[in-house]
Amino acid sequence: MSDSSQHPAVGARSFSLVRWLQELPNESPAKAVIVTLLVCVVASVFVAGSAVLLRPKQIANRQLAQERQIVEILQGAPAAHDTVGQIDVRDLEARVVELATGNYAEAMDAARFDERRMIRSPTQSVTIAADQDLAQIKSRAKYAVVHVLMRGGKPQFVVLPIRGLGFGSMLYGYIGLSGDTETVVGLGFYEHGETPGLGALIDDPAWRRMWSGKKVWQPGGEVGLGVARGPVVPGTAESRHYVDGITGATWTGQGVTNLLRYWLGEHGFGPYLKKLRRSSR
Amino acid sequence: MSTVPSMRQAFIDPLINENPITLQILGLCSALAVTKTVATALIMSAAVTFVITMSNATVSLIRHHMPRHVRLILQITIIASLVIVVDQVLKAYAYGLSKELSVFVGLIVTNCIIMGRAEAFALKNNVRLSIMDGLGNGLGYSWILILVGSVRELFGSGSLLGFEIFRTISAGGWYQPAALMLLPPSAFFLIGFLIWALRSWRVEQIEHDEFEILPSAEPEETR
Repeated sequence: MSDSSQHPAVGARSFSLVRWLQELPNESPAKAVIVTLLVCVVASVFVAGSAVLLRPKQIANRQLAQERQIVEILQGAPAAHDTVGQIDVRDLEARVVELATGNYAEAMDAARFDERRMIRSPTQSVTIAADQDLAQIKSRAKYAVVHVLMRGGKPQFVVLPIRGLGFGSMLYGYIGLSGDTETVVGLGFYEHGETPGLGALIDDPAWRRMWSGKKVWQPGGEVGLGVARGPVVPGTAESRHYVDGITGATWTGQGVTNLLRYWLGEHGFGPYLKKLRRSSR
Repeated sequence: MSTVPSMRQAFIDPLINENPITLQILGLCSALAVTKTVATALIMSAAVTFVITMSNATVSLIRHHMPRHVRLILQITIIASLVIVVDQVLKAYAYGLSKELSVFVGLIVTNCIIMGRAEAFALKNNVRLSIMDGLGNGLGYSWILILVGSVRELFGSGSLLGFEIFRTISAGGWYQPAALMLLPPSAFFLIGFLIWALRSWRVEQIEHDEFEILPSAEPEETR
């Protein structure tokens, strides 16, 4: 790298635009605009280049994180060991569900399911009306991939993808339910941008363990799950459905509550869960 | 910086004599936040050293054609682009650690050391010197981070780089981890002690009072 304090020698026959630019005084507005533009163009080439080149690797990492999250949810289940013994993640069946009807979309291949692409397609996604948009996600695909563990023709466990707005960042995760959809097995988020030390404590294993065993439905059939404000007193009615709130992360907790209400509710997986419950009997 | 330093000086000085953390007291936010374990401190050190070296080189390369009144915008554009590239690389090749570092990789943009060196050094010196200065400052930042990270991980979790050194009580051993070490304030104390130790050894680093505080006025005069 040469020292540019001695101006690089410009040959007499070199393109005159370069010379014009070099001789333009630094104080002139034209120079400010041109230099800024040039810096921005070069910078954007680097930024875009790195984003495009590294995308495949990042997607692979993301998928790995998703799989690991599902495994963790099932391993964290105390009920898992009582009823079915060791669960192997390979026993899980990935299936595509049509959310509106709750039926399996047999024609679709779960392995090639690309939710993010689907959301961009107007025919394969739905816009969520503002008053129903508890999770604040604006739109969702018409289909979703669920992971089911079948034993003897009956569902033992099901893992559903969930997402929603926390405190300023989108939370992406999974919730695992027992086959009869009554009890939470585990919950975890594989991607979020919550504040370290506050909202990011949704990754804390101790907090996540509190979810297992919580009852999903209120007596009336509505989703009862949620994050409390402050601690939950054991033995109370609240403790059937709620986990402790995280200090200093009220918005994150509220976001988790809302996204659970949306995804388990009638506009989310509700129809599917109803069918699953029936088939588990 | 009125006199032009030698290549050696530009590299060696920021390690101890002009250390960005202990002498200039810059970049403390990340030094507190990412030193819970050695692994995060190492990744952060590498990221900052890369960004500061490249930004120094770039700013120095175009310094004669940088209009004075837009230079801060240009510097931030350059630094932010470098940080995005680093963030993308970490997400691709160190996914777990990049999640642990979370927002702090993005916050390298606001690390005062980087823009400080661009303004104070790279704008006035040639490319080779600026690279040495960037490397020196990056490594000066790094050794403090890694030292603090080692102490915090060793006494907070009983391990170093994830390898068990002291067997903790919860794992059936004898060591009761110091929970304070897992919290950011412990890095504050550690860096404070480090500055104290450095300034006791290198007395010339002690800052003189900018203003002498006058003795309190007599009670009669103030009534």
